[in-house]
Amino acid sequence: MERIPILRMGPFLLVTIQVDMHDRLALTLQDDLMTQIRDTSARGVLIDISALDMVDSFIGRMIGNIAAMARVLDAETVVTGMQPAVAITLVELGLSLPGVRTALDVERGMALLTQGRDPQGQRGRRAR
Amino acid sequence: MPDPARTRLPDILGRYQQEILDDWTRLQQENLTRRRDLISDQELKRQSTAFLQGIRSSATMDVDVRSAAWQPVRDLLGEISVSRARLGLSPSETATFVFSLKQPLFARLNRELGQDARALAEETWTATSLLDGLGLYTMEVYQKGRDEVIIRQQQELLELSTPVVQLWEGVLGLPLIGTLDSNRTQVVMESLLQQIVDTKAEVAIIDITGVPTVDTLVAQHLLKTVAAARLMGADCIISGIRPQIAQTIVHLGVELGDVVTKSSLADALTVALRRTGFVVTRTAPGEGGR
Amino acid sequence: MVVERVDHLPLRTDEDLVRARQAVREAAVALGFSLVDQTKIVTAASELARNTIRHGGGGDMQVERLRDGRRSGVRLTFVDQGAGIPDIEQALRDGYTTGGGLGLGLGGARRLMSDLSISSRPAEGTTIVAVRWRQ
Repeated sequence: MERIPILRMGPFLLVTIQVDMHDRLALTLQDDLMTQIRDTSARGVLIDISALDMVDSFIGRMIGNIAAMARVLDAETVVTGMQPAVAITLVELGLSLPGVRTALDVERGMALLTQGRDPQGQRGRRAR
Repeated sequence: MPDPARTRLPDILGRYQQEILDDWTRLQQENLTRRRDLISDQELKRQSTAFLQGIRSSATMDVDVRSAAWQPVRDLLGEISVSRARLGLSPSETATFVFSLKQPLFARLNRELGQDARALAEETWTATSLLDGLGLYTMEVYQKGRDEVIIRQQQELLELSTPVVQLWEGVLGLPLIGTLDSNRTQVVMESLLQQIVDTKAEVAIIDITGVPTVDTLVAQHLLKTVAAARLMGADCIISGIRPQIAQTIVHLGVELGDVVTKSSLADALTVALRRTGFVVTRTAPGEGGR
Repeated sequence: MVVERVDHLPLRTDEDLVRARQAVREAAVALGFSLVDQTKIVTAASELARNTIRHGGGGDMQVERLRDGRRSGVRLTFVDQGAGIPDIEQALRDGYTTGGGLGLGLGGARRLMSDLSISSRPAEGTTIVAVRWRQ
């Protein structure tokens, strides 16, 4: 069955979602990420959604779950590349992504993860 | 309601096609005397022939010009209407293309059916209904074209009046001027978000110094924009909040939450530069470049 | 008002949900909606279609392309023969959920569309009609 590939980059895991996911696939990704975070002792997860032209409450919930579970395993989650139309719709939907930091692209996202949990809070912002 | 199977228009159009065409094009040329240079005689003949053939063909199937059978004729009229509007002809001048067909057509109807008053009356009615309907259609096409131009111009005006500027590497500025209505605010905000992606900005400063009043709807749009930018990975600072607007915001009960606000654009820029990792130092007098 | 085109899609499986989203996206594009509006419509459709599959026991979606004078619009109708929604007002309020989800489906969908109407009776099923107009 199809799975979304998870790449390992040093202490971080990178996922690029490029397909219109059906719910089962999303749940499988959730499970796979949890397993991989544990198996590789990853310190961070970067989820790139620059190819997603829609994020509904199910996918939003999936991202929130991943962030929460990753946090339990002491890993940070960063979501990158959200398209403007998707961001506007999510705000309208009333959906926030708790515990998820966001960045414009993978490069910036990796920079966030590399910095770790910065005490000054000057760079990086939380998607409250 | 005339029965299409029984209308003799297609027959009559067929029998007298050349005569009708000649008379009709002559009438059109007379009507267009001042504009003869705009449409060549050849082009006029081509359009007129196509129209006659179209009517003849469609009339064998239906007499309702709004029906599917008349789509080819409507398409043709649509083209003619658009091209003539572009040439600067008025909608009446374009509708005359259709209406001036009446005289030559009725003349032949009379010749064919002159002896049968009832048949003549029926066919005249059918012909006049058809041509009136088609003439009106050209007016509708013209109207629609104009409306589309107006809407497009309004859009362009909207975009031009609120440009997004790049204040610094990674810092965008959006100076809003004038009264904001809900529609304009939405357009502007969407444009800002797109610019954030295009320029990979980390901070966007929305300056509302030039906005006299803010109502709940506009305030909500601003806040939604800030929230959306955050989801995308950028921060927004709202600057230029004058005391009156601050009062209104509190009065309206709008929750700013943790949105950063600064009273001046300068202060906002200072925060933005720090946020993006820039340090500004002043050199001693005399050392600075010229 | 004229209905220019009607498409029917079944809503039973995960794949149906994906197909439904694509069908709605196609309609929104064809009707000339802006990218932001397209996204809102497809997202609303996704929420409602998922509800039909998960809570309604499966059903159907109808996508209609409308024209009313100068403006065009899309009308989505979701029908199921499921258990029904006992308290519609409560369901529309954010945060309400029976399925362990975020409960944002209905309320959120309503905010994204111009108009949303629900008719539902316990044990008789649910019909939801959502419309979004352009301009």
